Amino acid sequence: MIDLDVVNLSRLQFAVTVLYHFLFVPLTLGLSFMLAIMESVYVMTGKAIWKRMTMFWGMLFGINFAMGVATGVVMEFQFGMNWSYYSHYVGDIFGAPLALEGLSAFFLEATFVGLFFFGWNRLSKVGHLTVTWLTALGTNLSALWILIANGWMQNPVGAVFNPDTMRMEMTDFAAVVFNPVAQAKFVHTVSAGYVLGAMFVMSISAWYVLKGRHIEMAKRSMAVAASFGLAAALSVVVLGDESGYLTGEHQQMKIAAMESMWETEPAPASFNLLAWPDQAEHKNDFSVRIPYVMGLIGTRSITQPLLGINDLVKRAEVRIRSGVAAYEELQRIRANPKDEDARKAFAGNWRDLGYGLLVKRYQPDLSKVTEAQITQAAWDTVPTVTPIFILFRVMVGVGMYLILFFATAFWFASKDKLSHSPRLLKIALWSLPLPWIAIESGWFVAESGRQPWVIEGVLPTYYAASGLSLLDVAMTLSIFVALYTVLFIVGVKVMLHAIQAGPKDDSRPAPAGQGIGSVRAALDA
Amino acid sequence: MENLIPLDYATLRVIWWALLGALLIGFAVMDGFDAGVAALLPLVGKTDTERRVVINVVGPVWEGNQVWLITAGGAIFAAWPMLYAASFSGFYLAMMLILFALILRPLGFKYRSKFEGTAWRNAWDGVLCFSGVVIALVCGVAMGNVILGVPHGMDPGTLRPVYTGAFYQLFTPFALLAGVLSVALLVMHGAVLLAWRTEDPIAGRARGWARLAALLAVVLFVLGGFWVAYGLNGQVASGYDMGGPSNPLAKTVTLQVGAWMNNFHAWPWMWIAPILGVAGALLVLLAPGAGALSFVASAASIAGVILTSGFALFPFLLPSSSQPAAGLTIWDASSSRMTLWIMLIAVSVFLPVITLYTAWVYRVMRGKVTHESVGGTPNSY
Repeated sequence: MIDLDVVNLSRLQFAVTVLYHFLFVPLTLGLSFMLAIMESVYVMTGKAIWKRMTMFWGMLFGINFAMGVATGVVMEFQFGMNWSYYSHYVGDIFGAPLALEGLSAFFLEATFVGLFFFGWNRLSKVGHLTVTWLTALGTNLSALWILIANGWMQNPVGAVFNPDTMRMEMTDFAAVVFNPVAQAKFVHTVSAGYVLGAMFVMSISAWYVLKGRHIEMAKRSMAVAASFGLAAALSVVVLGDESGYLTGEHQQMKIAAMESMWETEPAPASFNLLAWPDQAEHKNDFSVRIPYVMGLIGTRSITQPLLGINDLVKRAEVRIRSGVAAYEELQRIRANPKDEDARKAFAGNWRDLGYGLLVKRYQPDLSKVTEAQITQAAWDTVPTVTPIFILFRVMVGVGMYLILFFATAFWFASKDKLSHSPRLLKIALWSLPLPWIAIESGWFVAESGRQPWVIEGVLPTYYAASGLSLLDVAMTLSIFVALYTVLFIVGVKVMLHAIQAGPKDDSRPAPAGQGIGSVRAALDA
Repeated sequence: MENLIPLDYATLRVIWWALLGALLIGFAVMDGFDAGVAALLPLVGKTDTERRVVINVVGPVWEGNQVWLITAGGAIFAAWPMLYAASFSGFYLAMMLILFALILRPLGFKYRSKFEGTAWRNAWDGVLCFSGVVIALVCGVAMGNVILGVPHGMDPGTLRPVYTGAFYQLFTPFALLAGVLSVALLVMHGAVLLAWRTEDPIAGRARGWARLAALLAVVLFVLGGFWVAYGLNGQVASGYDMGGPSNPLAKTVTLQVGAWMNNFHAWPWMWIAPILGVAGALLVLLAPGAGALSFVASAASIAGVILTSGFALFPFLLPSSSQPAAGLTIWDASSSRMTLWIMLIAVSVFLPVITLYTAWVYRVMRGKVTHESVGGTPNSY
């Protein structure tokens, strides 16, 4: 009934489109705040250079923002298009933060961003500054609602399964909004965006200084970027640890996979600095370990043990058995909605229904499930360990490096030596891709580590897909890949052209009739 | 918690049916003129300068306008999850076509004037025109198919939506009529805005296109009305519980030619909708250059056409042609009472605020867009 090729292609399509979208969103998050900071300095000091900075970085922000808007609508639509059973099954809860994102955040951001660009000559200084801050606020609120939605996929609180409608329904909206996983993810993710924004400003400014262009503007930009970047980089790691802690509580399998920790360790668990995971044999072929560290990250204690993959699988087996029973009770309720015995039993074990659905993949008739099938389904609860293990270390490694980098840059900037140290400027320039690598790795760890679930413990991914034909999905995936490749080239071309042209404070003539040219005309006036 | 909700389930469902209409009208009126302006770009702008003027009419506001679609999508997801699931997956390739246009449009606005080259700018002008036409056409064709009923079924054990049609089957004569009607309406809308916010010769060309589009819209809308009344099967649902759990398979549905007219017979006040649809377009036909008045007339016409479809279908949201009992109605495809209530509070708080600040932004950006104003505005496209 369910075509697993369609499921896999749909997953691939979602991953491609979301990873692509997520190249632009974090930069929007970071730059919007930096623009607001720069413009605040302009309004407070009245120095025109800060206005030119805001306008220049604002123009680059706009080029990036357009790509974010263009690729963002795809994300929302895909839930209905490729994941229709998901939409039916959890729309009652998951749809609410998405709708609220539009109502409370994206409207704010998108309405004022137009005025940010076009309102320079039509608003008072303070009026325009307010618009810039509202754009930044909208951008960040938008991230909050999206991460509340995503947090619910990781830790589905405040909802119950309704056998009459065959779906999860909301019982406690406050629990969904104040989901601790969502809150931690929000701070972690927006901080990562701020780091990217800071790195972007830092690298391009460094390039200008190395080229001997726009020195005054670049110096000031780097000072903002260094301090903002340092604060953000610290916040990512401190609050990234926070999300590790929560992962430990709610998604022990994910943390075990991040750690490639097959066996439960006596508390406090040690940290695998390096390892070569062997998924088939359920062990690591070799590992380099640091004692105590994992226990501290995962549980914030030295006495609480962390469960290994093998024990978690045993626990999943128990829940699968209970889930099979829940599924049978559900069938009785569907056949006879007045069957009170079945309802009573189901109320006791509906939480395991999702585990029953895991085994349905191997035996559509759950009354005939064998022990071997239960074991097989239990092992399905282990995500593919190696890439998660590696990319987690990539993310953490880059995060550590960026703290070091921004701390150094901050030190140099506060001594006013940053623009005189070409080595550091070159490092700044070449570090530009790193935050993106860390961010995309982080997405992979969080979402791939959630597999086989689309909603942790509630709905298996394979069960959530639409009944599309393989050809349809292959077609749309090909279109996305082709279109996104072309647009990437176009976007980079436009961005590089704008960076090359630079802010209009040097002798280089502005091309007539262009946006940049009119910026200059406005400033000269 | 649930006994604290002051409205009963059936009332909440009717309110959310109205809000669905409001959001779709908001999308069609606000994003609709972006689509119309984009579609008209190569027709009303002959030189590069003229085209820049045309683009800059919507330049400061297209981002906000697009959010109507995203919010409408989110609201359908939250309030009508089954409708969201069944329609978005059923219309899969049509949705992809809309996405394709929606991905390209922002980049067209933003990137077109970043380079001088004629080839670069002409290519983006073509892309913008294509995106405007496609968005209007596909939305119209989809609406036409909803009126016809779509091959949507439902697995009784899991309530999993099952769609049995193919992409090309969407393009039936009636659906194409609806698609062209939609293009005519949005082109009219965009043209009226251009006639208002630009000067001759662009405004003059726009008035001409507004007249033509308004005429076409009236003819197609009236023709479509007769087709629905005398040539198409409508559906009648019975045996449903207005306050019951959302289970589409619990009702019975009968098919009958002209049944989509039943509501207009039962509640004659509903005739306001088609009258508005025709009268608004006629006003544009007579006075395409009356500025804000023509724009309001055009918006009223669009709202009237959307309301007409909504009234005709009530209580259906997505009638099924292949398994009529599995068609979705407002009584059996909504989210839970709790979610409807929470989302109602959210909309009641935010929609007025959104309206206020959007109005303020339009006020700040008011006035005609000319060659000079484009040159003097930072960041203009």
